[in-house]
Amino acid sequence: METVKNAIRMEHITKRFGDVVANRDINMELHKGEILSLLGENGSGKTTLMNMLSGIYHADEGQIYVNDQPVTISSPKDAFDLGIGMIHQHFKLVDVFTATENIALGLKDHGRLDLKQVSQRIEEICRKYGFEIDLSQKVYEMSVSQKQTVEIVKVLYRGADILILDEPTAVLTPQETEKLFAVMRNMRDDGKSLIIITHKLHEVLEISDRVAVLRKGEYIGDVPTSEATLQSLTDMMVGRAVTLNIDRPEPKELVKRLEIRGLTVRNVYDVKVLDDISFDVYGGEILGIAGISGCGQRELLESIAGLQKLESGSIRFYPEGESGEAHELVGLDPMAIRKHGVSMAFVPEDRLGMGLVGSMGMTGNMMLRSWNKGKGVFLDRKGPEALANQVWKDLEVVTPSTSFPVRRLSGGNVQKVLVGREIAQDPAVLMTAYAVRGLDINTSYTIYNLLTQEKMKGVAVIFVGEDLDVLLELCDRILVLCGGRVSGIVDGRTTDKIQVGAMMTHLGGGSADA
Amino acid sequence: MLSGLISFIPRAVMQGIPLLYGSTGEILTEKSGNLNLGIPGVMYVGAICGVIGAFFYEQAVPPEAMNAFLAIGIPLVCSLLGSLLMGLLYSFLTISLRANQNVTGLALTTFGVGIGNFFGGSLIKLSGSEVPSIALSSTSAYFSTSIPAAETTGWFGQVFLSYGFLAYLAILIALVAAFVLKRTRTGLHLRAVGENPATADAAGINVTRYKYLATCVGSMIAGLGGLYYVMDYASGVWSNNAFGDRGWLAIALVIFTIWRPSVSILASILFGGCYILYLYIPGPIAVKELYKMIPYVVTLVVLILVSIRKKREDQPPASLGLPYFREER
Amino acid sequence: MHKHTKRFYISRRTELPWYRAWAIRGAAIVLALITCAVVTMLLTGENPIGIFSTTVYGAFGTARRTWVTIQDVAILLGISLAVTPAFKMRFWNIGAEGQVLMGGLATTTCMICLAGVLPNALVIVCMVVTSLLAGALWGFLPAFFKARWNTNETLFTLMMNYIATQLCAFFIIVWEVPKGAGKIGIINQSTQIGWLPEIGNQYLLSIVVVAVLTVAMYVYLSRSKHGYEIAVVGESLNTARYAGIKPSRVIIRTMVLSGAICGLIGLLLVGGINHTLTTTVVGGQGFTAVMVSWLAKFNPLVMVLASALLVFLSRGANEIASDFGLNQSFSDILTGIILFFIIGSEFFINYQIHFRKAGEKEA
Repeated sequence: METVKNAIRMEHITKRFGDVVANRDINMELHKGEILSLLGENGSGKTTLMNMLSGIYHADEGQIYVNDQPVTISSPKDAFDLGIGMIHQHFKLVDVFTATENIALGLKDHGRLDLKQVSQRIEEICRKYGFEIDLSQKVYEMSVSQKQTVEIVKVLYRGADILILDEPTAVLTPQETEKLFAVMRNMRDDGKSLIIITHKLHEVLEISDRVAVLRKGEYIGDVPTSEATLQSLTDMMVGRAVTLNIDRPEPKELVKRLEIRGLTVRNVYDVKVLDDISFDVYGGEILGIAGISGCGQRELLESIAGLQKLESGSIRFYPEGESGEAHELVGLDPMAIRKHGVSMAFVPEDRLGMGLVGSMGMTGNMMLRSWNKGKGVFLDRKGPEALANQVWKDLEVVTPSTSFPVRRLSGGNVQKVLVGREIAQDPAVLMTAYAVRGLDINTSYTIYNLLTQEKMKGVAVIFVGEDLDVLLELCDRILVLCGGRVSGIVDGRTTDKIQVGAMMTHLGGGSADA
Repeated sequence: MLSGLISFIPRAVMQGIPLLYGSTGEILTEKSGNLNLGIPGVMYVGAICGVIGAFFYEQAVPPEAMNAFLAIGIPLVCSLLGSLLMGLLYSFLTISLRANQNVTGLALTTFGVGIGNFFGGSLIKLSGSEVPSIALSSTSAYFSTSIPAAETTGWFGQVFLSYGFLAYLAILIALVAAFVLKRTRTGLHLRAVGENPATADAAGINVTRYKYLATCVGSMIAGLGGLYYVMDYASGVWSNNAFGDRGWLAIALVIFTIWRPSVSILASILFGGCYILYLYIPGPIAVKELYKMIPYVVTLVVLILVSIRKKREDQPPASLGLPYFREER
Repeated sequence: MHKHTKRFYISRRTELPWYRAWAIRGAAIVLALITCAVVTMLLTGENPIGIFSTTVYGAFGTARRTWVTIQDVAILLGISLAVTPAFKMRFWNIGAEGQVLMGGLATTTCMICLAGVLPNALVIVCMVVTSLLAGALWGFLPAFFKARWNTNETLFTLMMNYIATQLCAFFIIVWEVPKGAGKIGIINQSTQIGWLPEIGNQYLLSIVVVAVLTVAMYVYLSRSKHGYEIAVVGESLNTARYAGIKPSRVIIRTMVLSGAICGLIGLLLVGGINHTLTTTVVGGQGFTAVMVSWLAKFNPLVMVLASALLVFLSRGANEIASDFGLNQSFSDILTGIILFFIIGSEFFINYQIHFRKAGEKEA
């Protein structure tokens, strides 16, 4: 066996955030001159682990070695000095600067700023690895892929030998991904060591030399890519099915509530984030929505809630009682939707930034749904106050009073306030996005039970989730999104993790209809 | 007509120079992300500190024994020190203590104008003057000395050479500031701090140091505007509140020039011209107040147009007015 | 790798009980007052007790002084109340100076142009209506552009101040009495047309109006639907949209209200108190009001205390100044000192400084 030199070695790395262990006792190596894929589901601790290499976090326990020397990395600058450069998902670029100016930023060279000289050196790097970049272009005029190129060149310009790319393909088109992979290979052949964080299996197989897998903060193992298959990687990534024992009664009578057809949404960069989405939602079921993060989940729910500008498509709501005419919801804002008698509850992903007012207490937050009720110019405080007290008692919210700012409550209690309020609206449709993210087990079960209760009341529940085990045990049907498209809709009782995982990564698939 | 223009231009320039100092200083400050609404106060302090320095030097030395170097140097250093202290006060509150910039700036203006008028009033008393002003004509003579050739070169001399050295210094500083902002590493880093301090921080730039430096240097430059006003424009005569709203006009100029010190050079003269336009265009005297309104109206129009066009380069620095705080471990 | 680590670091506080927050502010005010006293002692050579009694005498020495002090508090408080709903919405309205002036200008226009044309009562009605409208217009413009194109409101309202000032300057010269005086003088001195009626004495009207306004604003902000919308918009635009609130409508409506209240104060200043218009009739109180509102954390009841403190100090300082032959701007310096201390104290409420133990420090 030939001896390999390690660019990085991490020993017994543990990182905690409060009570949550993000990384537990991780041992990992990056060989010189290889591309290593770091594979894992959302929340498996990939980014946290890498942030300890780039100086953003500091490990609670363990030791990092760079080129077999023990090191302490306590700031991004330390990481630079060690030749480690990380390309984050959120680019750190100044919008009104050109590519050259961004790359020159922060360099310690003295004297006059000779942008020509900088440009020449950048062009050398670009030629060497095959980057295509317009150096005089302003960042705000660039596509996501161009910005990413600037970030990578910036890191190379500073002489990084070890590059970490955090989900670089999440925002790229297939063609752009191909280009990125080409330059990554060039860099490897030049002796650089690269780590690519991803959860797309086919990319792992295509680009990397070796795969390391994390699951729930733990290091599962690594294999040479040549010995890996889709199946083996999926098994490593998702693990064996865990039994959660979530109560899932059979739906009673299903009634069509929402009919969504051809929904298409573009984001500010004019990229299609939702592409021709069609599905139905029935009262009396929980419809799960699965997908890797940023596949259009947020936009989908916000579209239904009347918070997104649609390019095309229709969202029709069927009111209770068979006689009722269907309402078209497209083009209505949330207030107009409510005025049409459509009672829709929405637990958004950004709890304090959208669903709640952080500086107000529970009572003030209960008013967020009812402030406009009643005649006259004054607020009705009695109703919300009573509701706040009820939620406080029923859901066992830990707060000193109903006027204590919710921003200061713990994550679980914040979510209880939000979910409690939304359910109290007696909705016909209840949408939740990552309803149990960051919550402890007990609170999570409280939420599951609440959703199931709503379902049995005949509410159409949409549950956007990230933990496949939960989706499989909680939901009646699961819609899988992939890259803004419906990859398929499957029955939650008959499908398994492998199938859903495959559909998420566009590997195999269910049929396009339920 | 032509002779009117030739006499108009120098007067417009002299009106414009304090504004140029103020706006150059404020542009540097704003480029670091600090909206210093205390500039009017800083300019008052710059002026009064110069006056205090000159006053005591004139008191100590008879006019014929005055040394040109000291006569200029003492007020200059006093003025710079005074405005530096104001800049430091603002910086400490907004950068180190992360106080609200608007509130701090307004308080600084109240304070600075108060300092100016208080010490001005006290000096007037001290000098036992009968009119409510102090005249520092000997010092002013040094400040307003122009190139001898100004007299002999006709209209050319009148338009271009007839000013005291502080006027040329203002233009020089504006040009240097433009160069530094655009062409040097320091300028690049400064702009990055004002646009996106988190990115600058991640790139290893010391955000706090840049903000302090830009704000303090900016204040010192603005303070010189006050000094120029009293020593050259007003011929060394200080009277309370005479400086008026020029500090705010300087802030308007920043917007009008879309944060470009080089444009400020001509624009300040344009603004200055509006102050004296009524002398040249016949009409009821009341109209002069409407002329004085022009700079503000035009600035407002520029502000609106810029926000409608949404051209990114023309927007205020993206982090203007916001404190920067990096959560430390 | 050995690096120099800082001896202390700063973190955001998660929570601080309200009484500790107010204790910090109280301590800042005490420190500021001590500083003011020391500065005054240095300048006057008087002992602290003398300074204090002079200050109190300046503010409350005679019945008339007490009334004027209360009236000054009322005016400053009124402007502070006016800017508060905008600030609660995180709309930086620093244009109160101009909005008040416009109210004053509208009042003046009615008093001068309608005297003898309409009966006094109708003139007063016109004054009220036009002053509210003029202030509201000055509030509407920046709000409209903010809502429509996100035009920077701080700079916009700032410019509007000086446009208002120059407009007033223009009309003052147009209406100057006598010609060449550069000022209007007391308007309708003989007929008293357009003078707001006195209730009790000449000061009470403004005081009563502002007292009513204070209560009304408190109720408006904390009990009305509008107040709730303002609070939500100020917190997060996303949350506002989620709750079915239209931010642009709230911004415009609130600024119109803010401007109209400023216009009302302009009416009081010109029609009730001064009976004349000068460009400095507001005297920078539009800016002081910004600070009062902010210091009181946008709570109308606390604003009563904040404006009382500033007015008390400034009237006291004026008394010291005239007693000791100092310049009247002395009060601005003291006001500045007080403000700096309170502004600085906010840091200790919002942030915490942690000192690292000596052992943790690396060489």
